[in-house]
Amino acid sequence: MPDTTLSDTTLLDITDWTCPAPLRDQPRVVMGHGGGGAMSAELVQHIFAPAFGGEVLAQLGDAAAVSLGGVRLAFSTDTFVVRPLFFPGGSIGDLAVNGTVNDLAMSGARAAYLSCGFILEEGVEMALLARVAGAMGAAARAAGVEVATGDTKVVESGHGDGVYINTAGIGLIPAGVDLRPQRVVPGDVVIVSGAIGVHGVAVMSVREGLEFDVEIESDCAALGGLVDAMLAVTPDLHVLRDPTRGGLAAALNEIAAASGAGVVIQERSVPVPAPVANACAILGLDPMYVANEGKLVAFVPRQHADAVLAAMRAHPLGAEARVIGEAVAEHPGMVVARTGLGGTRVVDLPIGELLPRIC
Amino acid sequence: MKYIEEFQDPELARRLLDDIHATVTRPWALMEVCGGQTHTIIRHGIDQLLPDQVELIHGPGCPVCVTPLEMIDKALEIASRPGVVFCSFGDMLRVPGTGRDLFTVRAAGGDVRVVYSPLDALRIAQQNPDKEVVFFGIGFETTAPPNAMTVYQARKLGIRNFSLLVSHVRVPPAIEAIMQSPSCRVQAFLAAGHVCSVMGVGEYPELAERYRVPIVVTGFEPLDILEGVRRTVRQLERGEHTVENAYARAVRPEGNQAAQAMLADVFEVTDRAWRGIGVIPQSGWRLSERYRDYDAEHRFSVTGITTLEPAECRSGEVLQGLLKPHECEAFGTTCTPRNPLGATMVSSEGACAAYYLYRRLDVAPARLEASPVA
Amino acid sequence: MCLAVPGKVLEIEERDGTRMATVDFGGVVKEVCLEYLPDLKVGEYAIVHVGFALQRLDEQEALRTLELFASLGMLQEEFGDPWEAAANANGYPWDNEAGNEGDGEGELALEARQ
Repeated sequence: MPDTTLSDTTLLDITDWTCPAPLRDQPRVVMGHGGGGAMSAELVQHIFAPAFGGEVLAQLGDAAAVSLGGVRLAFSTDTFVVRPLFFPGGSIGDLAVNGTVNDLAMSGARAAYLSCGFILEEGVEMALLARVAGAMGAAARAAGVEVATGDTKVVESGHGDGVYINTAGIGLIPAGVDLRPQRVVPGDVVIVSGAIGVHGVAVMSVREGLEFDVEIESDCAALGGLVDAMLAVTPDLHVLRDPTRGGLAAALNEIAAASGAGVVIQERSVPVPAPVANACAILGLDPMYVANEGKLVAFVPRQHADAVLAAMRAHPLGAEARVIGEAVAEHPGMVVARTGLGGTRVVDLPIGELLPRIC
Repeated sequence: MKYIEEFQDPELARRLLDDIHATVTRPWALMEVCGGQTHTIIRHGIDQLLPDQVELIHGPGCPVCVTPLEMIDKALEIASRPGVVFCSFGDMLRVPGTGRDLFTVRAAGGDVRVVYSPLDALRIAQQNPDKEVVFFGIGFETTAPPNAMTVYQARKLGIRNFSLLVSHVRVPPAIEAIMQSPSCRVQAFLAAGHVCSVMGVGEYPELAERYRVPIVVTGFEPLDILEGVRRTVRQLERGEHTVENAYARAVRPEGNQAAQAMLADVFEVTDRAWRGIGVIPQSGWRLSERYRDYDAEHRFSVTGITTLEPAECRSGEVLQGLLKPHECEAFGTTCTPRNPLGATMVSSEGACAAYYLYRRLDVAPARLEASPVA
Repeated sequence: MCLAVPGKVLEIEERDGTRMATVDFGGVVKEVCLEYLPDLKVGEYAIVHVGFALQRLDEQEALRTLELFASLGMLQEEFGDPWEAAANANGYPWDNEAGNEGDGEGELALEARQ
């Protein structure tokens, strides 16, 4: 769906919690509407889609695939509100660039140009802004994308969180590439590019005073190269999704819902680093719902799965790629996990934000 | 994590399950008291692996489920006041009060914060001397000692801008209330392991004897749950009704005396209303006279609250195992996790939400809705 | 109400007159209040709930429980219930320290009659 989320670095910023049991007929926007879950979807369905109309928006993809003058482009936008601005392994700058680069990559496109708009709170230190800009520049160079245009606005002190960044990007979709959930068929193999839950825990550690033997750093990274390597095996992948806010669970649910296929996951195959699992255990969080910023999940036609997996593992960002499940004809639209004990559980779409529990 | 993974071992689980399957000869209804245990059962799909004759009834051991609506409304009222920083565990933010919730309050400008520990709330009070910091003190006997220590610290350090909104509940009176219901179907209890880490097991033999129910103190990992079920079923098959400790690594018969001493100092037993069940005598704690000045209900006199519980909600019957969630008319229609009518649908550990979440595979409704994260 | 995890005590110190510990949870380190376990030592394990250590985790009990799980089903035919065997060997009621009160129909009593 179109990305109405706030930057997911605030996924575990506890002042951004959203309501998971929302009241109907909300007269006002609440934080939950920015959570990337069911409430965000409602906002799009009830406010934006009716207002804007249009066939492209109706596709509800993360990036829009459009045709212009006979050329197929992917076009996407993302907005980042981050606290803290700098966290282990990255910053708002990295997220702002890689977020949009990755949205485009999920359409198979290599991001070519980005725009960026800044909303700055009066009083932000110049040195801080320079650091953010520097981080963005470095991330752009690493991703092979050029920031071509931008805009800056300043709001009064007290009306923002320091720095908001919006980026939008375009890239060419290679011939023969058609990545969208509707292409998923039972039998497709589900592959994740590496360990999950890393970014969310990296940010959370700052908030919750967790320290690690080996510091957990965000996995924030540009995925264009990895996607290229996968498409080089075959352009006929079915769908790619980067599991940001809402985690792997949200991504799988969105794909299942849009495709009408069921998804079965083997829990024991889902790679979660021990420190991430342990941090989640302490706080009562499920790693499946924790944000990632440098990972993707792919639905691959069965006959290509081995080759695609090998290509992923040969790439630095896919070294720990794993098959975690498959698309099935049963329980259409639902994601089910086979637990380590051999039982099953439904992995649901989060309504709003992830909340730690004591119970 | 050491002493967690070992208790999730699939091979050992298989052995425990085989033993249970071999022991069971007829239907039994067991209640696991603690929401955390319900969570493990759902999370690992344990109830599907048990013999069909073993029915697990999800008990009222979830603070989200049982905190009375009136208390939620008081929390919302206090959180709405200017100059108040309202701190809470994450679980409680899911709960809708009458017509609004903590997020609505925040959207209207209230300062609502989720904390991991009550000590974090105390720290916020120290760092914000111009604010009144209120901590929502819910939970069972496991959480009461941390809350007690926090109030004790507040007094010791002379922190005046901190108070506790107390809604603590106790397990043994709840077990009693459930067993006293004439149509109660529960035949045995898996007692809440961490509650017993604090309180010991001394309150249970009398209950086991009076109601002739096995009570097995059970932990929270899959093997712990299976072992609790195994021992319970064995007692049932043999016609026994005693108290057993299946969580010996974390539970001593006498519990934690230091914690109990603090509880006796900071809290006193009181009657408490449980959402979906009603008032259970002597089933709660409130701040003792000595600490009454740290009681948020006193500091912020909260009056004029009209509490409206939806009429169609039948959580009380579900909590006692009298009604299965899908037998309720509202289940899945007017009552879903996204729009819960009552306690048991609010929390992912509540029986109705749990049923909604994982029984959908069997029941297959026309439209799938999102649920709280399990 | 009961989410608590076991961690290993790395360091203990007094802060503001309060006994605090640095606890290691499988590589994740967090500050924990140790006031309720005044005798807990560095190197021992505690069960931690919302930032407080509530009970010592008895490592020997943990291992014993796992061993008993592992022996399930294997010794049944030959030696009878392994639980009773262990209990008899150790000379105390294995299954509960709370006491088999009530009508005395405890595990061992039953076994003795058979």
